[in-house]
Parts: sequence; C-alpha cells; structure tokens
Amino acid sequence: MSTTAPEVPDAVSGLGGWLDDRFHGARGFRTFLKKVFPDHWSFMLGEIALWSFVILLLTGTFLALFFVPSMSDVTYHGSYTKLNGIQMSQAYQSTLRISFDIRGGLLIRQIHHWAADLFMVAIMAHMIRVFFTGAYRKPREVNWLIGIVLFTLGMLEGLFGYSLPDDQLSGAGLRILEGVVQGIPIVGTYGAYFLFGGPFPGNSIVPRMYILHVLLIPGIILALITAHLFIMVHQKHTQMPGLGNTENNVRGQPFFPYFIAKGQAWFFFIFGALVVLATFAEINPVWLYGPYTPVAISSASQPDFYMGILEGSLRVFPAWEWNFLGHTVTFSVLIPALVPIGLVFTGAALWPFFEQWATGDKAWHNINDRPRNAPIRTATGIAAIVFYGVLWAEGANDVIADKLQVPLYTITWIARVMVFVGPAVSFWLTRRICLGLQRKDTMELAHGYESGIIRQLPNGAFIEVHQPLSDSARAVASARKEVPVLPSAGSVDVNGVRAPAGAGLLGRARSAANSAFTETVAPVETNGHGSGSGSNGHAAVGSGTEELPQGSDSH
Amino acid sequence: MSDNPSSSEEEHEGPVAPRRVVGTPPPSPPLLSGSAEVVAEEPVEGRLPAVPEDVARADKAERLIAAIFVLAFLAGCGFVAAYVGLEVHSVNAVFRSNLALGLSLSVVLLALGAGSLLWVRHLMPDVETEEERHDLRSSAKERAAFQEYAVEGGRASQVGKRKLARRTLMLATAPLAVAPVVLLRDLGPLPGTSLRHTVWSPGRRLLVYGTNTPLSPAMFNEPGSMITIVPDGYTDNQDELAKAAVILIKFEPGQLDHFPERRNGSTLLGTVNWTVDNIVAYSKICTHVGCPVALYEQTTHHILCPCHQSTFDATKGAEVIFGPAARPLPQLPLTTDSEGYLVAKSDFQEPVGPSFWERG
Repeated sequence: MSTTAPEVPDAVSGLGGWLDDRFHGARGFRTFLKKVFPDHWSFMLGEIALWSFVILLLTGTFLALFFVPSMSDVTYHGSYTKLNGIQMSQAYQSTLRISFDIRGGLLIRQIHHWAADLFMVAIMAHMIRVFFTGAYRKPREVNWLIGIVLFTLGMLEGLFGYSLPDDQLSGAGLRILEGVVQGIPIVGTYGAYFLFGGPFPGNSIVPRMYILHVLLIPGIILALITAHLFIMVHQKHTQMPGLGNTENNVRGQPFFPYFIAKGQAWFFFIFGALVVLATFAEINPVWLYGPYTPVAISSASQPDFYMGILEGSLRVFPAWEWNFLGHTVTFSVLIPALVPIGLVFTGAALWPFFEQWATGDKAWHNINDRPRNAPIRTATGIAAIVFYGVLWAEGANDVIADKLQVPLYTITWIARVMVFVGPAVSFWLTRRICLGLQRKDTMELAHGYESGIIRQLPNGAFIEVHQPLSDSARAVASARKEVPVLPSAGSVDVNGVRAPAGAGLLGRARSAANSAFTETVAPVETNGHGSGSGSNGHAAVGSGTEELPQGSDSH
Repeated sequence: MSDNPSSSEEEHEGPVAPRRVVGTPPPSPPLLSGSAEVVAEEPVEGRLPAVPEDVARADKAERLIAAIFVLAFLAGCGFVAAYVGLEVHSVNAVFRSNLALGLSLSVVLLALGAGSLLWVRHLMPDVETEEERHDLRSSAKERAAFQEYAVEGGRASQVGKRKLARRTLMLATAPLAVAPVVLLRDLGPLPGTSLRHTVWSPGRRLLVYGTNTPLSPAMFNEPGSMITIVPDGYTDNQDELAKAAVILIKFEPGQLDHFPERRNGSTLLGTVNWTVDNIVAYSKICTHVGCPVALYEQTTHHILCPCHQSTFDATKGAEVIFGPAARPLPQLPLTTDSEGYLVAKSDFQEPVGPSFWERG
C-alpha cells in the first residue's frame, strides 16, 4: 500500500490517519477541499470584510495590551509635550502613550482605525453587490438578514471604538448620543442616566463601552460571521450568468489549492493596503484634538463615514418639537436619529420577502441576475443609495460649503429637497436605463452586435456590419428570465375561480407591484431577419449557424 | 462521487486476522496514501493536472516569485531593524519610526500577496471544475420521519398533557425574565429633577474658561467679542460644566434692544434686567443635542453650533433662525457683586441643553 502512493510524506499521512481515526473526516474533508469557488471580481468584496475583521482582531488585541479604559483624572507629563500639565482621563493618556511611547503603537492604532473603516466599506459594497445581483433570493434570505445585522453591529462597534480614546472629537459624538437618548419619550432621561452612570459625561462610559467593544459586540460579530460562512458553504455560492452555468451546478476552481492560495494573496494585499494607509494617511490624530471637555468643540466635526447618515439626518431636519400636557417630544432629534436609517435597513431586510410576494417567485436562485434584468429592484437600490448618499453628504455640509464656497444654509436646503427628489428621479432614470439595456441585449441577440466595420454595398450604400454574439456573450445576454404575471386582483379564470390575490387592498397592492415587476421589453421581431445572418443586408461576417448547442464550450 | 464509505473503510480495516505483534501495535494505515488509490478510480477529467500547460513559463515565473519572496524577507528584516533601531518618545521620532515600520511592513505584506497571486496564476495548472448542486429541501420521507419523531417526542414529554406542571413552570420563569432588567437598575441614579438645574446660583461668579479668572464689565468691553464662562467653584467638574457652560457676548450700546420674554413651563419671565452693560449670557449647550455652541459671527450676531448648524440670533434672546434646534438658548440672568465682578443673578430659569420628555 505504501509503495503505490509515495507522494504523501509520512508525517502528513500519519497525522491525517490520526485525525481520521478520531473524527471520520476523510470523506467530508475531501469534499470540502474540492469545494468549487466561482470566480468573479465582485465575489471578493465580502472577503475584504472578512479579512479586515481578522486584522481588526489582531491589531485590537495589541492595542488592548496598552490601553487603559478608565476615566480617572490624571495630569499629563509625557512625550507629547504640547499637552504637558493638562488634565485628562487615563483613557486619553494611555492613547497618547500608545501613539508616542510604544514602538509601532501609532502604526497599529492607525491600521486598526483604517481596518474598521475598510470593514464597513467592504460590507456596504458587498451588500450592494448582493442586492443588485439578487443573490439574496431563495435560499439565501437568512444570510442577507445576517449581513444587515452585521452592518448594524459594525456601526455600533465602530462608534464605541473611536469613542474610547476620550478625545475632544469623539466626546462630541458621545454628547450627541446622550442628547438623542435623552430625547426618547418617557424613558429618555432614565436611559441617558443609566448609559452614562449619572449626568453626562460621568466616569463610567469609557469602561462600559470598552467591554462592549472588545468582548460582547466582536463576539456576536464573530459568531454571525461564522454562521454567515457556514450557511454560504452549505448552500454553495451563487454564480454569474455564463456559458455552462446553470441553476443546478456551480463552476469555478476548487478550494484546495486554488482558493486557499488566492485567499492568502488577497489577505496579504488587504493587510498591505491597510499598512500603506496607516503609514501615509494619518487617521484620527487624537493628540491634536485634546482631551474631552463638554465646554469646547472644534468646527468641521465629522464622525467616521459610516455614522455620516445619522449626522446628516440630524443636520437636515427642521426644528420640530411638541409641547403638550407638560411633556416635550423633540421630533427634530427622534425622527432623524431613527427614521432614515430605519427605513434603509428595514427596507433592505424586508425586500427579499416583498419581492417574493410581488413576483410570486418561490424558486431557488443560484444564478445571479444582471442588474438590468430586474429594473424595479435595481431602481429601488439606486434610489436607496441616493437617499443614503444625500443624507451622508449632508453630514459634511459645513465642509462642502467651505470647499465650494456655497452658503451653508443653501447646502442644507439642497439636501432637504434632494432627499425626496433624488431618489424619485434616480428610480425613474435607473428603470429606464435598465429597460434600455434589456432592449440592447434583445437587439444584439437578434441582429448581432455593431462591429464598427463599415462596408460599401455594390449599390453604393453603406452599412455597418453586425457580427453575431459569441457563445459566451450570448449566454450572458440571454440570461433574463421573465417574471411571471400573476392573475390580476379579483380576476376570474376560465373555470370561474377567483384569483387567490383577492380584490382587497392587499390584493390590489400585490397586483400593482406585480405589474411593475413584470414590465419588460418585448422580444425583437426576428421574422424574416434570419437572425442577423445577411438576408436583411446586415451582412454578418463569418457567421455559420446561430444555433447554440447548450453547454458547448467555445473557450 | 465514486468512493463509497464502506469500501474505503474496508481498506482501512487492514488484514482480517490481526497479526501478532510484539510491543505497541502499528498505527492504522496512513490515510492519504490509502485514499490515493480510491481517487485513482475516478474518471480522469475529474482530476487536477499535475503541471501547468506551459512549464517553461512557469519556470520563469518561479524565479520572479522567488525574487519577490526574497524582497519580502529583506523588508521583514528591515522591519525588525526599524523596531530595534528607531527610538520613539517625541513627535518627530514617532513619525520617523512610523514611516520605517509602516513602509517595511507594507513591502512584506504586498510582496507576500503578489508572490502568492503569481504562484496561483502561473505555477498552478489552470483548471475549471464543476459541482452539482443538490436540492436543499429534505425529501418528503425525511420530513415526514422528522415530524413523526418530533410529535412523538412532544407527546412523550407530557408538556401538552400536564397542564398544571406546564403553567407553573411558565409562572416560575416569568420573574427570571425580568431579572436582567432589574439587575441593570444600578447602572445609574435616577435623573430626578437634576436636568432642570445647574450650579449657577445667586452671586456665583463668572470665571473666564481657561484662565479661571473673574470678570468685571469694564474688563469685557470690546463689543462683538464672545468668551466662554464657567461657574466659580466648578471649573474642573465636567459633569456640572456639561450643563453650566455659558457664553458671554458684549454688544455695542443700542444693539441689544430686544428682550423677549422667556417661558418656564407655563410662566413667562421678563428678561430686561438680565444683562449688565450690554453683556448678555447664554447657555453654551445647544438645545438640539447638546454640543457647545462655539461659533459666533460678529457682523450678523449669529451664534452657530458647529455640530448641526443650529443658528441663534444673539440680539433677540438667542432665538433659532436656522437648523434643527427647536428652542432658544437659555439665558443666564446677570448682575455684579460688591467687588464689581460679573455674577449670576440666579440659576437659568429653564432647563438647559437638549429637550427631554419631562421638560414640558
């Protein structure tokens, strides 16, 4: 036996045997090693988030070795001489020590902060990719919901993390948090006093945020990432439409050795990019802000980008407040703090189920949609991005006003209008563009693509030569699936049976949604056109037959 | 998949009759070398090619990859050298150290990334493999079997039948459910009426923030200027300053001609006598969400909160003219003491800072 396969070193096969004796792993592990990973650039976005999280754990552990999560007052005497003699908390003092007295401390601190921002950017980009390709559809709805929870936790984790140094900038953020909590009806003042251990700022918030930041929230994030990955492995990846890709297969390269090597390369690239940023792009120089005091503030105070939507919502909202029966409800705090972000996240969470309801589509989907082939979804996604983006940009309205030399209030008024108009216009525009692109696909399938070759015919006329699409381009262009038209509300079929979507309000709403979802372009009339092969004067060059044997691979 | 578990297990069983051995018996046959035979039974197209198509190109790539890894090694040595050799403890030294450490570490990581990528692209043979997807839904039989056992188990547990036990169990766990909430009660004291008051009291001196010196109207006589004030006795008390911080603005004579009444609950208070020598004092804590209103524009007399741009008109009792704040900044009534220094006439006559439910 040992003579037939000498390639495996004894140590490895011995260890493998030892493990298999105990875990019966040969079969399952072999399947896992052979697991197919489809290849597409956009599939790397989620990986960026994953590797950023790993880097956050590594750098965060280093920082925790030196950070002192205490708000006890000390007088600073240290390497950053400009703050000598200043009263500050131990949290701020130890952050200065990490930055100026621990070798590599500043680098690790800046890697940690950049990695947190990259983590959030990557989740955002990954969610946008998943949304626009419809990868959240059955059977992957649960992973979509986990993703939304991860993003929310990431916001909270980031807020607590950048508030830990107890510097002037982040303290202003906590003050805003306190103001928002205090504004909650009935329980607000209690909530604020419990959160801060008494009046703001107190001396409890840093140690409390610390334990949430280093243990509870990352623990939950880690558990959810694990679940996210296990579900993904179990359900197998989605894949992009392409020649030979079907709903019932998955094509790509195996996990071992290909994906391991690629994942390793990607990890090093991401880590390397973060170190480049940490080296050359200063982030959160807390020593310049000084220790926190509720008396002072600097202008152009912006939170990290993922909190920008909250900041912008607070800035854009008009002054609405109700006083009645001796009570105050401050809508100008409550609505901006809860509604816009609630709309985006709740909308995102409900969308897969809304889409199933509107389309009646309960099938599983392993081939991703091209965004153009789902105009309503794509338009809704773009509208949501514009809504989010306007509020996000408004979070820096003072910086924009300063850079563009436009009055501050003008910027805010533009945002107040754009937050409604922007999504509506972009929805309409995106839907038109999607339908136009569908039309282009249909035309190309029927007549071939415009080759750019101009040819003069014997009769003197000029034509542009249309070339038939390649097999792989055809497979992509023809990937659109019609959304089934549900019987309209209250309609009666040939047997006199009423449509299950009743004539009630909900039934009519479903009918309307369904007719929006089913809107598509009509297939191009190809009668007599010979599918782009010459008879109509398109003079397809070198096209043999357009018949496509499914699954024949031409690369 | 061609390897079925029973056949491979048989192979692993070894000889049917155990041989007699002296001392420790040999370990089970090695796993990977054994399974190689099983894999060999698979059709050839399912197997990975042993070498890439263009071996000569791969050879060339290997030399490049090796050079990149050597670079990573050297940069790694540089990182250690920078750690050992470069001091910190001053701003310039830290930036030098940060540059050296960061640059060397970037090279190490990016080189490792590039080398790994070239490795998978050029040394490994290019393949595309395919896997079948299997329906995630269990078969009807499996579902039925599961359901059957779940029902059996539920029945055997007697939960449905033993109503008394079930209900008392639920009763017993109810207080436990509120225990976490109860345990969190001591996170902080109850607010009581503390949000309605600050430490300002009749006769308490206004101190200049930063120098902590008292101020007389004569010392603060430059119209158009604004300074931050803290209450005497609480200059280092952050909790009190978070409510009691004040801005002081000096006007030209005649500019301050508007003294709007202020509402405290249902009572209206005149503010004509709240200023001294065209000096007016407003709370520095924004009525929106509590940022310090730190910006003052002399020409327009606008006070601006840098957080969310609530803008208040200083000449008109700090009424809101733009932004999300819904209430004017509370005003601190001023007077002077026997030594001529500015002091508070009383506390603020309304709660300062962000709105809250009990504010009214």
